[in-house]
Amino acid sequence: MSRVNDFAFKSGTVNGTGSASANSLLMQAIFRMGIPVTGKNIFPSNIQGLPTWYEVRVSRDGYTGRPPAIDLVVALNPSTYAQDIKSVCSGGYVVFDSSWPLDPSLLRDDVTMLGIPLGDLCREAFAGDRDRTLLRNIAYAGALTALLQIDLTVVEQMLTEKYGRKKALLESNYRAIRLGYDYARAHFTCPLPFHCEPMDRTGGAILMDGNTACALGALYAGATVGAWYPITPSTSLMETFKAFCQEYRVDPESGRNRYCILQAEDELASAGMVLGASWMGARAFTCTSGPGVSLMQEFLGYAYYAELPGVFFNVQRTGPATGLPTRTQQADLLSMAYASHGDTKHIILFPADPAECFTLTVAAFDITERFQTPVFVATDIDIGMNDWMIPRLQWDDAFVPDRGKVLDEAALAQVKKFFRYVDTDGDGVTARTLPGVGGKGAYFTRGSGHDQWGNYTEDSAAYQDLMDRIKRKFETAERALPAPVVHRRDGATIGIVMIGSPDAPVREAVDRLAAQGVAVDVMRIRSFPFAPAVREFLDQHRTVFVIEQNRDAQLRALLTVETGFPRDAMIPLIDYAGQPLTAGAIVTAMSAHLQEASV
Amino acid sequence: MTSINKPPVRHPSDRRNAIGLTKADYEGGMSTLCAGCGHDSVTAALVQAFWELDLPPHRAAKMSGIGCSSKTTGYFMRQSHGFNAVHGRMPSVTTGANAANGELTYIGISGDGDSLNIGLGQMVHAIRRNVNMLYVIENNGVYGLTKGQFSAAADLGSTSRKGEVNEQAPIDPVLLALTLGATFVARSFSGDKAQLVPILKAGLSHRGFALIDVISPCVSFNDHEGSTKSYAYVRGHEVETVATDFVPLRREITMPESHEAVTTVQMHDGSRVRLHATAPGYDPTDRETAYRHARACLDRGEVATGILFIDKAGRDLHDMNRTVDTPLAHLPFDALCPGKAALDALMARYR
Ligand SMILES: Cc1ncc(C[n+]2csc(CCOP(=O)(O)OP(=O)(O)O)c2C)c(N)n1
Ligand code: SF4
Ligand SMILES: [Mg+2]
Repeated sequence: MSRVNDFAFKSGTVNGTGSASANSLLMQAIFRMGIPVTGKNIFPSNIQGLPTWYEVRVSRDGYTGRPPAIDLVVALNPSTYAQDIKSVCSGGYVVFDSSWPLDPSLLRDDVTMLGIPLGDLCREAFAGDRDRTLLRNIAYAGALTALLQIDLTVVEQMLTEKYGRKKALLESNYRAIRLGYDYARAHFTCPLPFHCEPMDRTGGAILMDGNTACALGALYAGATVGAWYPITPSTSLMETFKAFCQEYRVDPESGRNRYCILQAEDELASAGMVLGASWMGARAFTCTSGPGVSLMQEFLGYAYYAELPGVFFNVQRTGPATGLPTRTQQADLLSMAYASHGDTKHIILFPADPAECFTLTVAAFDITERFQTPVFVATDIDIGMNDWMIPRLQWDDAFVPDRGKVLDEAALAQVKKFFRYVDTDGDGVTARTLPGVGGKGAYFTRGSGHDQWGNYTEDSAAYQDLMDRIKRKFETAERALPAPVVHRRDGATIGIVMIGSPDAPVREAVDRLAAQGVAVDVMRIRSFPFAPAVREFLDQHRTVFVIEQNRDAQLRALLTVETGFPRDAMIPLIDYAGQPLTAGAIVTAMSAHLQEASV
Repeated sequence: MTSINKPPVRHPSDRRNAIGLTKADYEGGMSTLCAGCGHDSVTAALVQAFWELDLPPHRAAKMSGIGCSSKTTGYFMRQSHGFNAVHGRMPSVTTGANAANGELTYIGISGDGDSLNIGLGQMVHAIRRNVNMLYVIENNGVYGLTKGQFSAAADLGSTSRKGEVNEQAPIDPVLLALTLGATFVARSFSGDKAQLVPILKAGLSHRGFALIDVISPCVSFNDHEGSTKSYAYVRGHEVETVATDFVPLRREITMPESHEAVTTVQMHDGSRVRLHATAPGYDPTDRETAYRHARACLDRGEVATGILFIDKAGRDLHDMNRTVDTPLAHLPFDALCPGKAALDALMARYR
């Protein structure tokens, strides 16, 4: 089988040395050659000095999941040589820095070792330790450009775009690229059996990470108040939002801002700020990760009961506690779904990739105001921080935001009296007013017992009445939230249920199973509480796998509780190691189970 | 927030203010606090201050946390929106609300437990952000609502009703606020309406965070011998730094200039506070003086009251964030959404 445009490589480096820019340079160059490509950054919770890896998958078929195997490793971090060399598939290649001798015990006879004296080359060519370290990475990018037949002119063009005005920097980067490129051409057979050839499959696409797409969604949805407390992996979401605001939200006449970003003292405060701003009628949001969600619990319950909007991004990382802050997981499902004490429930949207981060973020701001309740947008490190190949984002200028039932001065003039929690049309959603409105619009927002008139109460019947009405509101919401995406195959009796980022590897796995004659349907749930279609899908399949990235099969637990579908009739396929899933792992686990079941 | 809805009672004799409202129009639900609770006196002083300032009720937002004190936002200005938040977190809610719409008058009511125990972090950061709001701590030295535990404001050596002695040093909100760079710091006593009303008015007119620590005795749990937050103790130990007159912009009256060392401070909205120093040389615009004075009173077992410090040049939340004049909550969608052409152009950056 041809290996053109179908392979993966990985670099193992030390973080803080500038390897990130070398990796994204290569990935972007391949993308510009029209070849589908994805990158997964596996990085430490540290600023400098710890091992970091970057995996790039080149897939002419457009598979964007984690690569099934690594064909080439660039081993530049002596402390991980052993594991990095071990991770190459048989018949693969290892590029290493031959400026220093390699421990012979690390050598493998089923892989080809390509030694390049990167350190020596850079020491001769450049002055200063900093430059030498940084440019060593660019030099290996040059070597890979030759080995993998990446278009050198594209690579150089990208350097020009990046360093355009900084002449000296551009010059040294050019030289570093050439050092590696020329060395590889002079000493090895280029290209390797697996390599790149131009295609035309990325024309309508972009490379974007999910945090950027969420930030753009918030910008386009008209969010004006962002309150946050920095936490990996959500930090870049607010920082990017700020950068976009500086570009698009500065009043041209006064030079003043049409946004306000509040860096709070903690996540309790950021949640409170979001609620205050939403109460006042602004579109407001926060972004955080697991530990922050834990701190926001009291306010989330408050917002559920007092019925306040607010968008809460949760870029999930590996828990519990501090956990593995830079590794991915989907383990906050239960903590989001029922956050806070008492009977509560929260709407959650589950984008599967950065494209959906954009559309579902825009939807989230409508949903939160329409249903007057917090909305989580739940992503994870894989979606949030990795560059994905997605279709260009689209915007329709005819879009009109849904601000929900808000009575302004004119509307208030039409009613005899205004009562905050009276359900006039049976959908469970009651009208609100915004502070500052005149006349009879005033009401009291409280987390203590209140009746439909908005008055304090300790009366059992009035309390239950209100709680039942909120339940009704959520039943309305279930039917209005983004529906699950279902892919069916002829004759399938097996179904997969999943959410979020495993979408890519699941789709690849299902293709592979189909090639083996096993037809599998897939339902990717996009919102909680679940739409009626979710239970229907479960009922329609003899065997149901629930694929998710947490130890305790939280999605399956939610499905059991919320749909009443028997827990043991769903096979959990869990992975909680902190890395994005691979199609191979899914196929293996499913096949093993199906075989066992048929014995 | 407990309150009993009471029908507004109209007395034909009620005087109307410049916007045609009587004092009754600034009242709220019937208080359910204990008879004699200091907090009810603060409510009465607030009503008086709002009425005198001609504040349109619908242009105010009442913010509070949790506690007997925090309940009182239900007892005034029924025509204002209110937000009774969670315990200790009113400052963050107010910060968000103010960021979204800085045009309203924000009235924050808190307790010593709400502000100095559970909510200390939030209060401190609201001061640092100089959120434009009135921030009243109804300080009784105890947790009233949970029945008499010491708060962080309880003085060293003071006793609880059960006779327990407080061994921990107190947090003095005035000293704390001065240290943090607060732009308006005052203290008063719930039983001294003549002093409290002008201070509240000055605080409401201040642009920025106006902290007013009001000693407000809890008659059920902290109004006994041995409590430094009791009526008897405060009456006997109050040292007024500066007598205060507040002159609203629209109703200036000529003041008898009989006092010595009168400092007139013009507030942001043009109104004026006249401060009559009783202590010679007291300068309410000097943070050092304020700090030394408050500290010295404390050391003598006295309570420094009055407007202790004003800095009217401080930049508030909106100044620091350079927000536009129109409240963010009122900006039309097309002023916020960059639109299709911009997105199409932006996509080139991600290739
Ligand atoms: C998270 C949380 N913890 C505890 C409580 C119980 N609680 C209610 S009021 C209060 C203390 C209030 O003290 P203070 O702010 O001084 O108000 P006061 O009643 O004295 O006016 C406490 C501990 C609560 N409501 N929320
Ligand atoms: S318990 Fe104390 S603070 Fe609470 S209402 Fe009674 S007197 Fe006031
Ligand atoms: Mg108290």
